[in-house]
Order: sequence, then structure tokens, then C-alpha cells
Amino acid sequence: MTRNSYLYAGAALAAIYLSVHACQSEQAIRTAQYAVNGQKLYAAQCQNCHGAKGEGLGKLYPPLTDSLFLLGHRDQLACIVKNGLSDTISIHGQFFDAEMPPNPRLAPIEIAYVLTYVGNSFGNEMGIFTLEEIEQALKACK
Amino acid sequence: MRIFFFLISGCLVSIMAGCNPETRTLPILGAREPVTKVVDGKTITDTVYHSIPEFQLLNQDSILITNHTFDNGVYIANFFFTHCPSICPIMQRNLLKVYEQYKGDERVRFLSHSIDFRYDSPSVLKRYAEKLGVTNDQWQFVTGSKAEIYGLADSYMVYTKEDSGVPGGYDHSGYFLLVDEDKHIRGVYDGTNDDQVQLLFDELAMLLKEYE
Ligand code: HEC
Repeated sequence: MTRNSYLYAGAALAAIYLSVHACQSEQAIRTAQYAVNGQKLYAAQCQNCHGAKGEGLGKLYPPLTDSLFLLGHRDQLACIVKNGLSDTISIHGQFFDAEMPPNPRLAPIEIAYVLTYVGNSFGNEMGIFTLEEIEQALKACK
Repeated sequence: MRIFFFLISGCLVSIMAGCNPETRTLPILGAREPVTKVVDGKTITDTVYHSIPEFQLLNQDSILITNHTFDNGVYIANFFFTHCPSICPIMQRNLLKVYEQYKGDERVRFLSHSIDFRYDSPSVLKRYAEKLGVTNDQWQFVTGSKAEIYGLADSYMVYTKEDSGVPGGYDHSGYFLLVDEDKHIRGVYDGTNDDQVQLLFDELAMLLKEYE
């Protein structure tokens, strides 16, 4: 290899590194933006039941701090928010069977915001819920 | 000019001291009527204060309770329904904090009236109370006919209305009413507002001092 080709390879690596890095921080910024928008929606639409810290209320309203439940049901969360839920679920080993009302007026992008907020607060680390992910998930609602 | 400021601030301090919770007593709220009566040949004028009328309601154990259930103590009343999707969870979350602080202290009781007389039967109320975390009879959950409950709401000065246009089907305000041993309303607090709930904590303690 000539000295020049070393230089080219180095520049190419640097370019790849920079673009990946820029992408990552762009993603982080977008996640933060979604979460900020989602926080407002959460305060208005969810906090009364699920609490300011996602702590829930007794055995009536489940906490949103069970990361294992949320991760395991990631693809169903959009449907839960949109259509509500009346099921028996186990959160932190405790059964809940009250009814969550539907939110028919929430647009898919708003569901993406509020889930990004919930999914990255209260000890959860789920990353961003993109509009595409939400639209895909909503198609599969039962 | 300086001296003037000092005077003003001195006045303010003394005015504020007048509001000191240690020295203030709570007002009796609601309409009052003067009544004249004759005692020992002399005509005197008395004031009749607004008070909560007698009632009989079914509680979460399907037992009829009355106003006398709350005798010899003060109580906090509110209006809610178990399926309420909006303000009730906030109210009940806040009232639960007061309940937990006074749990076991028989001087303080709690009375939640359901305004959903169709759905909230005693067994529904029972399950709700248990899930909320209410474990003794200090906090009563009651149901009754529409006329009884809505009539009482008027006595407690709380707005309630069946309204299919609001989420859950019933419109009502989220007030906590502090009622003393003579069934007079001594305080009204917005049960959805943290500052107001703190005020309830403070004024409840003041009211209890009156009976010490
Ligand atoms: C009226 C009260 C109420 C409101 C408002 C409400 N929820 Fe729920 N939520 C519930 C109940 C009750 C359940 C459990 C339902 C069941 O057991 O079938 C639940 C379950 C959930 C779950 C799955 C279980 C868990 O704990 O992780 C998620 C996620 C959730 N809600 C998110 C939301 C979001 C986001 C909003 C706001 C858009 C919201 N909820 C608004 C009452 C409510």
C-alpha cells in the first residue's frame, strides 16, 4: 500500500465514524424532542391515573415502571393507548383488572410522543417510538 | 421615605401575623339565617348556620349508614364515581394521602359519595375501596338514589350533573368538604390541586385543635 492509500482509508474511516456519530446524536435529539412533547400529553391524559412518577394508584391503576412488561409488550402499547384495555395483567407480580379508557382522539404521532416519554422515563429505557413503528403497530390492533 | 417603608412593612407583618394558623379559626361556610326567639321573656336573635341534613345511605358493605356514623368527630366528604376517567383518580389519590396520615385516628373520617347510582352498587364500591388501599371503616363509600345523592351534593355545595357530553357521563366538581362535629362545613378544597390539598392538611389540624 502506498502512503496515499493509507490516507484515503483513514479519511474514509473518519467520514464513516463522523456520519454514524452525527446520526446517533440526531437520533438522541429526536428522542428527546418526542419525550418533551410526550410529557405534556402524559400530564394531560395519563397522569391522573398512572401518577406523575408513573407510580400508579394502589391496585386500581398499574404503575408504568415495569420495564419487563413494557419491553415484552412493546408492539401492543400503541393499541393499549389508542383503544384502552380491559384485561387482567400482571405488573410487578401484582394483578390489575380495572379498565383503561380508550383515547380515540390521539393521533399516531401523539401516541409516538407519549410512548417515547413513558418508555424513557420512570426507569424505562426503550429508545424512540417512531411514527412508522406506531403506524405499523396500530394496523395489528385486535 | 425609608421610615415610611418600615412602617408599611411593619403593618404587613402584623397583618400576616393575624393570619397565623395558630390564632385563626375556620369560618362556618354557607348561608346563614337570623332567627329570633324568646328566652326568659327577652327576645334574642340567634344565627342558624348551614349544616348537613340527616341522611341514610348504603355503604360498601351494604349497610345503611347515617349522619350519626360521623358523630363525635370531623369528616371529609367528596363526590366521585368508580368509572370516572378524569378528575376522580387525582382526588382519590390525594384523599388517600390524608386517610393514610389519619388512619387509626377515629377523630377523622372520610365519606365518598358515588354519583353513578346506576353502576356503583355496594359490591362495586367495595372492590374499588379495597383496590384503592382502604382497609378499615374510617372511609365510607356510599350510594343512594339520584335524588338523595344529588340533593346531598347541594347541601355540600358541590356541583353534580348527569351529562352525556363529558367523559364518563357525569359532570361534577372535585371538592373536598371539611365538616365539623356540628355538621357545619368549615373548609372547601379543590381535591385536584396540590396546594389546596396541603391547605386541607393544615386546616384539618386546626379544626381538630378546637376539640382538644
Ligand atoms: C382512567 C385511568 C387511566 C388513564 C387516564 C390511562 N390509563 Fe393506562 N391503564 C389504566 C388501567 C386500569 C390499566 C390496566 C388495564 C387492565 O388491567 O386491563 C392501564 C394499563 C396501561 C398500560 C399497560 C400496563 C402497564 O402498567 O404498563 C400502559 C402502557 C398504559 N396504561 C399507558 C397509558 C398511557 C400512555 C395513558 C395516557 C395516554 C394512559 N395509560 C391513560 C388506567 C388508565
